[in-house]
Amino acid sequence: MIRAGRWRPWLFVGPALLLIGFFLVYPALVTIARSFFGRGAQLFGPMVHYVGFANWKYVFTSPVMLTALRNNVLWVVLFTLCTVSIGLVLAVMLDRVRYEKILKSVIFVPAAISMVGASIIWKFVYAFRPEGMPQIGILNAIVVSLGGKPIGWLIQRPWINNICLIIVGIWIWTGFCMIILSAAYKNIPKALLEAARIDGANEWQVFHRIVLPLLVPTVAVVGTTMVVTVLKIFDIVYVMTNGNFATEVIANRMYKEMFNYFNYGRASAIAVVLLILIVPFMILNIRRFTRQEGGR
Amino acid sequence: MRKIVMLLLVGLLVVGGAAFAADKKVVTVMHGWPGEQAPAFQKIVDAFEAQNPDIDVQVEIVGRDRPAVLATRLAAGNPPDMTPHPWIGTMKQWADAGQIVDLTGLVDTSEVNPALLPIGEYDNGLYGLFIFPNVKSCVWYNPKVFAARGYKIPNTWYELLALSDKIKADGGVPWSIGLESGAASGWPGTDWIEDIMLRTAGPAVYDKWVAHEIPWTDPRVKKAFEIFGSLFDRGYVFGGRTGALTTNFGNAADPLFNTPPTAYMSKQATFIQGFIKDHFPNLVAGEDYDFFTFPTITPQATPDGSNPILVSGDVVTVFNTGGPLNGTRPEVIKFAQFLTSQEAATIWSTELGELSANKNADPSIFTNPITKKAQEMLMGASYSRYDGSDMMPASIGTGAFWSAILDYVSGVPINTVLESLEQSAVEAYAK
Repeated sequence: MIRAGRWRPWLFVGPALLLIGFFLVYPALVTIARSFFGRGAQLFGPMVHYVGFANWKYVFTSPVMLTALRNNVLWVVLFTLCTVSIGLVLAVMLDRVRYEKILKSVIFVPAAISMVGASIIWKFVYAFRPEGMPQIGILNAIVVSLGGKPIGWLIQRPWINNICLIIVGIWIWTGFCMIILSAAYKNIPKALLEAARIDGANEWQVFHRIVLPLLVPTVAVVGTTMVVTVLKIFDIVYVMTNGNFATEVIANRMYKEMFNYFNYGRASAIAVVLLILIVPFMILNIRRFTRQEGGR
Repeated sequence: MRKIVMLLLVGLLVVGGAAFAADKKVVTVMHGWPGEQAPAFQKIVDAFEAQNPDIDVQVEIVGRDRPAVLATRLAAGNPPDMTPHPWIGTMKQWADAGQIVDLTGLVDTSEVNPALLPIGEYDNGLYGLFIFPNVKSCVWYNPKVFAARGYKIPNTWYELLALSDKIKADGGVPWSIGLESGAASGWPGTDWIEDIMLRTAGPAVYDKWVAHEIPWTDPRVKKAFEIFGSLFDRGYVFGGRTGALTTNFGNAADPLFNTPPTAYMSKQATFIQGFIKDHFPNLVAGEDYDFFTFPTITPQATPDGSNPILVSGDVVTVFNTGGPLNGTRPEVIKFAQFLTSQEAATIWSTELGELSANKNADPSIFTNPITKKAQEMLMGASYSRYDGSDMMPASIGTGAFWSAILDYVSGVPINTVLESLEQSAVEAYAK
């Protein structure tokens, strides 16, 4: 019995460990090793040589990577703030609307569209036609009908085009945040809110003093999930600008180095940076999750 | 019961399929031609299969991101047997990695246009077999509009500028430029720089520039960028800088055929005919649309003062697919050989009105006056050079150079653009 007890856990954990080891740990280690080697497909292939920290120097000093790092920060801050706060406001507001289900479904729909599909839709929204031509993009059509000149939304660097891209991300993900936060909001016992109201709290005080503190764990989980999602942002940038006009992001640069320029060393270094950036948020997320689960 | 029948049927199909495949030797080809080129290529395949009933040529079309797909397939060890492509720079990287086959001595190249053949050579080997060329030094215009307004075909850069000024004075917009091309945006601008470099610095300097023997910050390179940029500064371009940056290359010639025209000239390779025919099916080649050669800028740039031309096109590369023959299986070589033949050239040219690299191509196959003119240009030029961006290492020719065009046109100072390009090039050309 004692012996069986010793190996039984491994019997259950073993397959998972094997799979994770093969599909996660092994590739991660190879990627880290590769980030110290030059271009070429095989780690020990004919064109590959040890280059020390050259790839890492590129990651942290080249102008294009600095732009990518800056843009990722912009994405993380703007995207996470907007998706979570708009999602929270919608969750609380829609709770009081009669057509809640329909409205929530409508707001959630973008999450069901693929990132590439959504990007193509928005490329049309931002479309530019020279002055005097019929504008096919709704945004420029509005601008022109108000007497303005058409704007190259995806060209104007460094802020307009990046913000235009981030708006697409917000459009896709806000519905997701809203659904999760709405579920958490509905879990708050209504008696608490009513008690506060009877005690004379106004609606802002109820939200600020009762609802928000109770939602903090969910907001944190949704927030970290959004941060992890947005750190890896690729599709929107790839489809809409491909990183041109100073809209580059880390993941798109990784793709270019790997699949367009065949520089596996550099691509690996960029991949490791992305991994290192994401790990703390994952740990935060898992910690909170286990604490929450433990509290049940 | 139904399940058993289904299983039996599936089993039969598998066995049948295997038996069928075992009868024939298979050659796999991956190409990325969209639209009307795909059926034309299929006709070439059909003709080959009719002559070689024991060979089955399987065509796989990868329209987007083909370099990425090929990189993955190469890394996984299952590339197709061959692919037609324009990426000479990438081809050299494949050759360095031992991933492709040196065709020297395996394929008879006596029918290939000798001016084009060396483009596929590298490191004393033949890695790309030139099959379908494109002439890039073409400026498209609407002959009827030109005639009605009394505009004359310019023979020099100064005449071209004078014509542009005249069109502008008449209230028109002289040029339509389209630099957008999805993930490949910027490449149409590289053609401009290349054509200008050829005409201002000459073919010898052009070769040095492509091989990075002169830096990007060289005054001759800078001058080429500035000549291109001057079109925007002079207000010649439809929609200005933003217009050029947001217009897809395939739509750039469209304004020429609006009534009244919203632009009068557009520079693009001969393949743009496909887009014009697709967008305006009623237009007649040579009557409603035509091209003139991108004019000479500095006649002293070439030794004999003639106007050089820029070409691009597709070479066929055979992959090292492993096995005892490393990709040199007889059926693969046989099909590669067939692609260079007069027969394949005839099918390609008659189906598409495009050019061929076969030097014996019968001129009567060029029923389209535009193709005929382009073929004469190709055969008659004293100096022709291949598309420089396609010959550079991938991270420059299909990366930094494209971005540089977009940066420059969107207003980044020329010195910043060229210094950043030079920095990337120093790393990319280092072995």
